[in-house]
Amino acid sequence: MRREIPMIVAFVAGVIIILEFFVPALTPVSSRIQNWYLVVVAFAILVGAFNLLRLNYMKVRHRRTDWPFAILLIVGFFTMALAGLIGGIDEGTAFDWLFNYFVYPMSSTMFALLAFFVASAAYRAFRARTVDSTLLLAAAFIVMLGQVPIGSIWVPSWWPFFLSPDWLKDRIMDIGNTAGQRAILIGASLGVVSTSLRILLGIERSYLGEE
Amino acid sequence: MKFVQWLANIDRRILFLLIAASVIVPLLVPLGMPVKVTPQAEAIYEEVEALPSGSTVLVAFDYDPAAAPEVHPMGLAFLRHCFNKKHKVVIMALWPQGAQLAVSAMAEMTDEYDLEYGRDYVNLGYKAGGDIVIKSMGASIADVFPRDMAGRPTASLPLMKKISSLNDIDLIMALSAGDPGIPAWVRVANALFQKKVAGGCTAVSAPQFFPYLQTGQLLGLLGGLKGAAEYETLVERPDAATRRMDSQSIAHLVIIIFIIFANISYFILRRRPEASSGGAPGAPPPSP
Repeated sequence: MRREIPMIVAFVAGVIIILEFFVPALTPVSSRIQNWYLVVVAFAILVGAFNLLRLNYMKVRHRRTDWPFAILLIVGFFTMALAGLIGGIDEGTAFDWLFNYFVYPMSSTMFALLAFFVASAAYRAFRARTVDSTLLLAAAFIVMLGQVPIGSIWVPSWWPFFLSPDWLKDRIMDIGNTAGQRAILIGASLGVVSTSLRILLGIERSYLGEE
Repeated sequence: MKFVQWLANIDRRILFLLIAASVIVPLLVPLGMPVKVTPQAEAIYEEVEALPSGSTVLVAFDYDPAAAPEVHPMGLAFLRHCFNKKHKVVIMALWPQGAQLAVSAMAEMTDEYDLEYGRDYVNLGYKAGGDIVIKSMGASIADVFPRDMAGRPTASLPLMKKISSLNDIDLIMALSAGDPGIPAWVRVANALFQKKVAGGCTAVSAPQFFPYLQTGQLLGLLGGLKGAAEYETLVERPDAATRRMDSQSIAHLVIIIFIIFANISYFILRRRPEASSGGAPGAPPPSP
């Protein structure tokens, strides 16, 4: 029954939500199911938070690699949670202060480091070895220049507009990029449809923890 | 030849230093490069301009602090435009940290404008569930957000008394750094409820939304810091994004020069294979 009941729930909920598009009378039932989903998601966050704490507690207890960072995580977790629960999360509260002066700068810094790694990786790996990689390199140059103000200000007035990075970038984005992205989008959507059908029909059971 | 070999195996710390300098120096000594506005940014501006004063705009803060340096400035510029036009703003977030970023954005707005919470704007806070949250808002916003971010009953807020569902929203601005974000708003709010959706996102994710722009499902798009600088230019209020564009310009230029030098050394060493050794060009690239 541990397998059958979740499969029946998935099948019934999925079929009702699909049928709602064609049978408006099912809207109240579908809305109720969707409200239940929001409640389930909220509890999933609680389960996720508990799991994060449990894993990090075990890491500290067994002195696994980088266990001091796990202590930092646990301290940070309880500091933010207590600040929010006691003082609220509105403007000017302790939670807001911690968010603005700890979470925000640290998180932004981590993301900003990407620029350094991208520059280093581009230097070492971006080579015009083949025709394909040369085309990719040329497109990257044009988009990188066209994406920033310097790409349009260095162009002299006599320069043909169709050779300016600005104009070329727009063509690459509007034509080549859009065509490629649309193909990816349609492919991914077909994949979602087929995976959804497999879940509804009970063929795909990985969400139950099966192989 | 030694120089070429040195160039091919350059210490990554030198690259890091040059990138850091190319970002920091233009911040300290601004170059004031002009920002050219794209049609995608102008479309959003024109839409906000065309709305009658007092219209309701929903702004979704679907991003986190990692993406904030790029996305937050466009949120501020867009909010300024809305409040200049006396529009009412409903804020919400499909990302947990987005609601808190909205708090800091509104703190700036309340310093600049005479705004009253509940009358001119509301912050509904964060709700988990992505597409389903948006779909449920199509039936009733109060059911999805019974209380606002500070815990006040949504129904008690004067602004929310006029807004029962997504049908009462005139424009949606989805500021997004991933999923759930712009695709969810397009899939549900535009496709199901025929609402006008505009988007703002990180530069790296902007290309994937061009199909939506071409079909008109997305009325406009602000892509990365450049998009934010474009909107600041449109609202004639240059701010953080415009200042940072100089740094981005120089950093892009430096990376392009790096790649050109790397390719020059690659071609020179390829002709003299005996000179290339270790991590030199021609060998499989080492990890960054």
